[in-house]
Amino acid sequence: MSAGSGTLRQSRAIAGLLGLAVLGFAIFPWLGGEYYIDLLIKVMILGIFAMSLDLLIGYTGLISFGHAAFFGLTGYVLVMVTPEAGSISVWLALPACLIAAALVAVVIGWMSIRTSGIYFIMLTLALAQMLYYFFNDSTRYGGSDGTFIASRPSVSIGSLRLLDLSDRITLYYVVLASLVGTFVLLLVLLRAPFGQVIQAIRANEARTRALGFAVQNYKLASFVIAGALAGFAGFLEATHTGIISPAHLSWHESGMVMIMVILGGMGTLYGAVLGAFILVFLQEFLQDMTEHWQLAMGLVIIVVVLVLPKGVAGMIKRLESTLGNRHKARVSAVEAGDG
Amino acid sequence: MDLTAFLIQVLNGVQYGFLLFLVASGLTLIFGIMGIINLAHGAFFMIGAYLAYSLTALVGNFFIAVVVGLFAMVAIGYLIERFAISFLYRRDHLYQVLLTYGLILVFNELQKIIWGTDFHSVPVPALLAGSVPLGSTQSYPIYRFFISLVCLAIAAGMYLVIARTRLGMMIRAGAWDREVVQTLGINIGRLFAIVFSLGAALAAFAGMIGAPVSSVYPGMGDQVLIISFVVVVIGGIGSVKGAFIGAMLIGLGDTFGKVLVPNLASFVVYALMAAVLLWRPQGLFGRGT
Repeated sequence: MSAGSGTLRQSRAIAGLLGLAVLGFAIFPWLGGEYYIDLLIKVMILGIFAMSLDLLIGYTGLISFGHAAFFGLTGYVLVMVTPEAGSISVWLALPACLIAAALVAVVIGWMSIRTSGIYFIMLTLALAQMLYYFFNDSTRYGGSDGTFIASRPSVSIGSLRLLDLSDRITLYYVVLASLVGTFVLLLVLLRAPFGQVIQAIRANEARTRALGFAVQNYKLASFVIAGALAGFAGFLEATHTGIISPAHLSWHESGMVMIMVILGGMGTLYGAVLGAFILVFLQEFLQDMTEHWQLAMGLVIIVVVLVLPKGVAGMIKRLESTLGNRHKARVSAVEAGDG
Repeated sequence: MDLTAFLIQVLNGVQYGFLLFLVASGLTLIFGIMGIINLAHGAFFMIGAYLAYSLTALVGNFFIAVVVGLFAMVAIGYLIERFAISFLYRRDHLYQVLLTYGLILVFNELQKIIWGTDFHSVPVPALLAGSVPLGSTQSYPIYRFFISLVCLAIAAGMYLVIARTRLGMMIRAGAWDREVVQTLGINIGRLFAIVFSLGAALAAFAGMIGAPVSSVYPGMGDQVLIISFVVVVIGGIGSVKGAFIGAMLIGLGDTFGKVLVPNLASFVVYALMAAVLLWRPQGLFGRGT
């Protein structure tokens, strides 16, 4: 930990930047075309998804390689609860999705957290693939092609219709509010005693256990919260695109979200959103340039791992502290000159 | 299911298990000795299959193609170890996962650029083309027997190398305690390069020898990778014996799953894994986590 005032100034600067970013997102629909609005909805949804994984990787120290399981699962839950004619109320659909994601997270988490290290990575991967094959092989929900969601969930109280989620701009602001809400929720959670304990587990599990904390319970709770939040992101994604396919729960998706977290800088929350932003636009950019964009993407990932171990957020912090040090050096040089 | 049909399924399961063993044993050794989680291992399997396809067409002889392909794969494995994996030894598993994930994207896309997205097939070598009659009405292809026999020979060879030779001693010692091995003056960097290249060659060999009985298609490596993970987790990470038992379990489980519960076939494999792990979280022959 660096000097107190420096950290404070740094976190104030970051808070200021985040405020500006939210403002930028908020006014964007007046400036950008439909295509970019859709793209930003995607970025924000993936941002929520990536933050939920950051809770595991960056704060609890659990490297889950099956996080897409929860993201894709809620899309299928939405298909199951949506009637063929008419639409389901969001007050029913959302809790159903969140509970389903949380329950599956309890099962996968309970099996996985009994192990650690490489076993944990492989187990979360394998269990998520199990879910993938379940939906891939079942003919009921369109097999490997996936299926359409008959209608968007309706948001109304009594007979009063509050929001129309099939309207692009409305959905944009709903997703933006969800993003900010998730960020604040996680921030509060991490400052609370619970958050302090899970961060202690990441720093030193044995010592945390020695202090008398039921480490396994905390890990499981963190896993379930992260699963439910990923499920929330998946619910928004399914509402946005109106389709769901097994690809949403495949390990490619788990890998991509992991890259977002690392690219942005893990253990920062906003870094996860930044990573989602960078990755989505990088993908757009590469796709425009070449049909073999995955080759370029793979090379970018390899370079990031070898060159930028702390992600973009880490690079910004490093840059800032270098500049700060130079400023300090100049100040002390001037003071020395005076004396 | 009558006895002959049952026997055929057992033979199929064992043959599939042997192929899985070749992939999984490399995976488990690379983790056990080098501490590296290698997601690109499935890509080596895929490259092997495509090499068998192209080289057979080029030289006209499957066996020569396999030998040439093996040398090519050892070289590819060596280069990847030197220029990518070797930077990861001291870093968190997370970065190993990411870098090797990046390698998968690169390999999969290179495969599309070089070979396209069509399905290909490799002809069964004429020498082994026939089949052996089983019972009064059914028969079993000689080539599938050949796969099992070759794999059995490799498994036996691996056992001998690991149990009886100096290299094997280093491998066993490396799996037990990397740092002590290094302190004893063994060139651990060279050992890592050897293990990684041989692991890559084993996976590619499985892809090559299996190519004539299954088609050669994009993404074939991904599926094998995940199943091999299951095998490694069941057997216990770092244990070659465990990989063997795990591979047989999954090979037979998957084959009989497809016959008995066709709708849930891929599910059976994971249910098996879950059952084993509930009983022993560190796998059958794992040394704890």
